[in-house]
Amino acid sequence: MRRLINQQPSVLNSLLLAALPFALVLLAYAVASEARLSINPDDKLLPDWSTIEAAIIRMGFVADLRTGNFLLLEDTMASLQRLAIGVAVATVIGGLIGILQGLIPYARAMLANFTSVVAMVPPLAILPILFITFGLGELSKVVLIVVGIVPFIVRDLALRTSELPHEELIKAQTLGASTWQIILRVVLPQMLPRLIDSVRLSLGAAWLYLIAAEAIAAENGLGYRIFLMRRYLAMDVILPYVFWITFLAFTLDFILRVFQRVTFRWMYRGQA
Amino acid sequence: MKFFPKFAIAAMTALALVMSAPAQAAPKKEFKVAWSIYVGWMPWGYAQDHGIVKKWADKYGLKIEVVQFNDYIESINQYTAGSLDGVLSTNMDALAIPSVGGVDTTALIVGDYSNGNDAIILKDKKTLADIKGQKVNLVELSVSHYTLARALETVGLSEKDITVVNTSDADMEAAWKTPDVSAMVTWNPMVASILKDPRANSVFDSSSLPGEIQDCLVVNTDTLKDNPDFGKAMVGIWFETLALMQSGTPEAKAARESMAKASGTDLAGFEGQLKTTKMFWTPAEMVAFTGGDLVPAMDKVRNFLFTHGLLGNNAPSADVVGIEFADGKIIGDKANVKFRFNDDYMKLAADGKL
Repeated sequence: MRRLINQQPSVLNSLLLAALPFALVLLAYAVASEARLSINPDDKLLPDWSTIEAAIIRMGFVADLRTGNFLLLEDTMASLQRLAIGVAVATVIGGLIGILQGLIPYARAMLANFTSVVAMVPPLAILPILFITFGLGELSKVVLIVVGIVPFIVRDLALRTSELPHEELIKAQTLGASTWQIILRVVLPQMLPRLIDSVRLSLGAAWLYLIAAEAIAAENGLGYRIFLMRRYLAMDVILPYVFWITFLAFTLDFILRVFQRVTFRWMYRGQA
Repeated sequence: MKFFPKFAIAAMTALALVMSAPAQAAPKKEFKVAWSIYVGWMPWGYAQDHGIVKKWADKYGLKIEVVQFNDYIESINQYTAGSLDGVLSTNMDALAIPSVGGVDTTALIVGDYSNGNDAIILKDKKTLADIKGQKVNLVELSVSHYTLARALETVGLSEKDITVVNTSDADMEAAWKTPDVSAMVTWNPMVASILKDPRANSVFDSSSLPGEIQDCLVVNTDTLKDNPDFGKAMVGIWFETLALMQSGTPEAKAARESMAKASGTDLAGFEGQLKTTKMFWTPAEMVAFTGGDLVPAMDKVRNFLFTHGLLGNNAPSADVVGIEFADGKIIGDKANVKFRFNDDYMKLAADGKL
């Protein structure tokens, strides 16, 4: 049938179509940058490619005069460390509470409403409390990430757990499994890949909270640098950093996706 | 590229142009100026809300809007990008952001200088030299950072002797209450509130740097050149509001109370902040200051900016941006003057010719 929904682009056209939105954004940037620079050659809002390139070299490949560090590397390591600790802690806490809340009626009775309410509290609005409780150092940045994404993981995992076919639980019980054995042998194996999905979906929020935390008080980090540079509108540094953050986030997501595919192959059985 | 229809290119180009249109320097009738909360700038909000802005704009047949920004740096960035005709800024930030960004900027009104509003506060320690080896929380690259750099010079220390922790101004008060924060540089109203803590000691403040941290209304030089009436109206608004505040009438008290409330404090708190601000209440005082020798102050400011990389990464020296003073003297690159002091308009006010 010659209907739009039945027409498949060729491989080449698929690639071209995929590249088109990116090309359009780049083109819009180039045109706008050109227009502004022709009026004011010192314009900082939309710098040209050569200025951006110089900034990339300066931040990434030349040691900083004052500290002797490569700033981009230092910022990246600091940020990734905070992100990794925060996400790891949130995954463990979120996974545990989520499974309990989804499986054990008593836990659900106690926690379900609480987590739904807590999930609605914007963590950035209670920052002063986090600071005074956890200090201004690394701990409060990690805590902000954990507080920010745990409620989502808990709710998602609880929902997934409660969606497990009841028959499986009955079957396990007829075979004599205790609650503990059911958790370990029936629920947990099925929930781990869902947990990875849940973490993947929370990564965007985790980055957001990381950058917010670094904007508020920090000595290094990707968010720190962006907010420092904003003070004098150094978009030539900010734009590569934004691109770099996007790339890192995309890569993390990709790694998790591949890890899930490889580790939990059974989930994809029966799919094309 | 058959997937790239011509109309799409045209549309994107048009969009890009609209997005990027900088402020055009040509006679115009509508002006937009931004201010943010600071003791010396509160009169602007009052003037906007109580018809003083409208009165002077009408007098010159203009439309002037004085809008409040919650984020000071964002207001300066917006001015630099071209969406505002003027902004309330310190001399340092005006030099570092718009002027370095190629936007020729004129300080039309030098409203005050900080005379104690910026302070270095230590927890439990009593002298400035005790700051050595500490982590210092401040807004990096701000006037706080400048105050710190100047203070360290006075006791023979440098920034290598401390660790700077960039901290958002909105979170200073919360940060002070945390145990790991032991040294802080910030400005009013945060200073006043932090000093209420008995463990807090102010070990240095900007009263030791008279005239160096100026709070100005800066406007686009080309816009001002093409629209002198805009400059006259702004100066008129400013001194009418100040005269009202100083009149000693019930309206004066009401005006001060309203400004205090708008800045989140009470009358006593506002008066306290005014004491650490050297306001130029009359046009004559402002002309005397602006027309005086500002070279040493601006030279220190530009050197701070240069050593912190804020004059551009390719800047060979602090001379890269020219600064013109009210008497026509120029320091720095004469072919690249981007920051100017101008006392013509305040003189008109002093002579009653507005």
